[in-house]
Amino acid sequence: MSEPLLKVEHLDVGFKNRKSFVKILDDVSFDIQPGETVCIVGESGCGKSLTSLAIMGLLPPGGRIAGGKIIYNHEDLTKKSAKEMSNIRGNEISMIFQEPMTSLNPVHTIGKQVAEAILIHQSVSKKEAWDRAIELLRLVGIPSPEARVKNYPHEMSGGMRQRVMIAMALACRPKLLIADEPTTALDVTIQAQILEQMNELKKRFGMAILMITHDLGVVSEMADKVIVMYAGKVVETTDTKRLFQNPRHPYTQGLIASMPRLDKEVDELPIIPGNVPAPEDMPTGCRFSTRCPFATELCRTKAPGLYGDEAHRVSCWMYTNEWAGGGQEHATGETIKL
Amino acid sequence: MQPEKRSNSESILEVKGLKKYFPVSRKHTVKAVDDVSFEVYEGETLGVVGESGCGKSTMGRAILYLQPPTAGQVTFNGKDLSTLKGRERRKLRKEMQMVFQDPYGSLNPRMTVGAMLGEIVRTHRIVPKHEVANYVRELLVDVGMKPEHADRYPHEFSGGQRQRISIARALAVQPKLIVCDEAVSALDVSVQAQILNLLRKLKQERHLTYLFISHDLSVVKHISDRVIVMYLGKIVEMANKHDLYAQPRHPYTQALLSAIPKMGEEKRERIILKGDVPSPLAVPSGCPFHTRCPIAQKVCAERKPEWHKVGDGHYVACHFA
Repeated sequence: MSEPLLKVEHLDVGFKNRKSFVKILDDVSFDIQPGETVCIVGESGCGKSLTSLAIMGLLPPGGRIAGGKIIYNHEDLTKKSAKEMSNIRGNEISMIFQEPMTSLNPVHTIGKQVAEAILIHQSVSKKEAWDRAIELLRLVGIPSPEARVKNYPHEMSGGMRQRVMIAMALACRPKLLIADEPTTALDVTIQAQILEQMNELKKRFGMAILMITHDLGVVSEMADKVIVMYAGKVVETTDTKRLFQNPRHPYTQGLIASMPRLDKEVDELPIIPGNVPAPEDMPTGCRFSTRCPFATELCRTKAPGLYGDEAHRVSCWMYTNEWAGGGQEHATGETIKL
Repeated sequence: MQPEKRSNSESILEVKGLKKYFPVSRKHTVKAVDDVSFEVYEGETLGVVGESGCGKSTMGRAILYLQPPTAGQVTFNGKDLSTLKGRERRKLRKEMQMVFQDPYGSLNPRMTVGAMLGEIVRTHRIVPKHEVANYVRELLVDVGMKPEHADRYPHEFSGGQRQRISIARALAVQPKLIVCDEAVSALDVSVQAQILNLLRKLKQERHLTYLFISHDLSVVKHISDRVIVMYLGKIVEMANKHDLYAQPRHPYTQALLSAIPKMGEEKRERIILKGDVPSPLAVPSGCPFHTRCPIAQKVCAERKPEWHKVGDGHYVACHFA
């Protein structure tokens, strides 16, 4: 396997509240190869967006990286200064968000905003930047871009605005594009357009995509590799085909089963009982143990590691020697089956 | 366009030529719902799907007279809502309730759940006064909550629990029909499954009829018996769910179904529609879908397609279907 483009190692992120430091992300590790599409999937509050913000160095006020490394291009992004990070953002790593209306400035034309992104990062004249902006808008599938550059964001539809966001993100040919729920606010027919466009641009520029989504359907259409997160932890990572054919973690299994599907008919949907625990009172053991149908005393008292190999990792005691009745004290987490 | 009666089920709601127009200026009118007719049979779930701006929510509100329709007739249990006034209409409305998408915005933050539900029960005199507290607690148990939750405020609950409370509120007046407007759309998948199962259980226990409005075709397929597809204020196709999902006849329905990302499927060829939904201020002439339709011909821009039957209970508005 080649050198990964981005490697996140044992990342801990948390927030300070009045009394204590509440850890939200706990020991998150994964890597992204050049040109690969990786999806982080999980429900609200699982920490998927926080992970992407940590990589971008854009944690909200009060948020802090408490441990771990984010290695990009042999350098640790967590050690970079604010100025160095702003140089990396846009040039090397770009990001698009869910809400294309609030991410665009309502008082400037979209042409000006795209051109500005080019001017900040590259030494070109204003005229060149404007021409490149038109080219970029054409590239992301906006019809008659020469006329559209003069539009304000409110004059465009949601799908068109998201295309503008993608154009801005691509202005400097980043090697990694982070897309946080890029199509969640869009209708399905528009979502299909945007996803296809992203796949095409990815092929053309050979960039890697880190996509954050709650939609397993989108994962299936886009991802090479999937990271399933639950309550701030990675619970399973594997390639897309394997995840859907052979999900291992009880949470992943429950999530897949609870989606209503077009190709299957059931009277009652299988459910995951209960709710995600609040960050302040996470269970001491496995964070899923409060809702897991297989949970034992071991699960409730001791948090599992991430077991398995490069192709498939799972954070669950079921796939270790201990599960078969070994002593809890010597829990080594050696994998016996996957 | 008179859908044939099914022998074993009576229609509980009949909508005929329903229109809801919003004037935006002296010259322009948004035709949010434009001449829509259908029936809902007692005990069934009728799904309504379409993308944002297709008029599905407006239609739901117009049917309940939350926003009285511009024209058309809504008949519930044989009574024409437009002819009823004041107390009579209120009485009938008790039988038709609505559950909204946003469980955060639709509950009063200053009232405990018990006080809120109790107020409804007293106002409509559902049970004698001394039984109200008991009735409310039973109601909460019915929607999967605990009796002691009556003393808590909405902010103390999760999104899924709040949606359960919204459902309890709709049920409090013992309605026959519930209009669910994107009732599970704001919820996470695992919670969404819980609420869908709850709706199904309640329907059986209380012999309810649902008009289930959603943009999510998988959810609609799961819960519905029949489905209506809307585009720009009009119904373009109607069928029982098996026919609609197995053999969609309208090109728009076909494109919608093809656009849904499907789980665990290899990459495939999809119908990708060109362009956006046109502005409802300038609905295209002829067939409203012709500007995006992959099989559109000259006639589509000129003439409105007829609403015609293509199968048992399967209707479509397209020149070529």
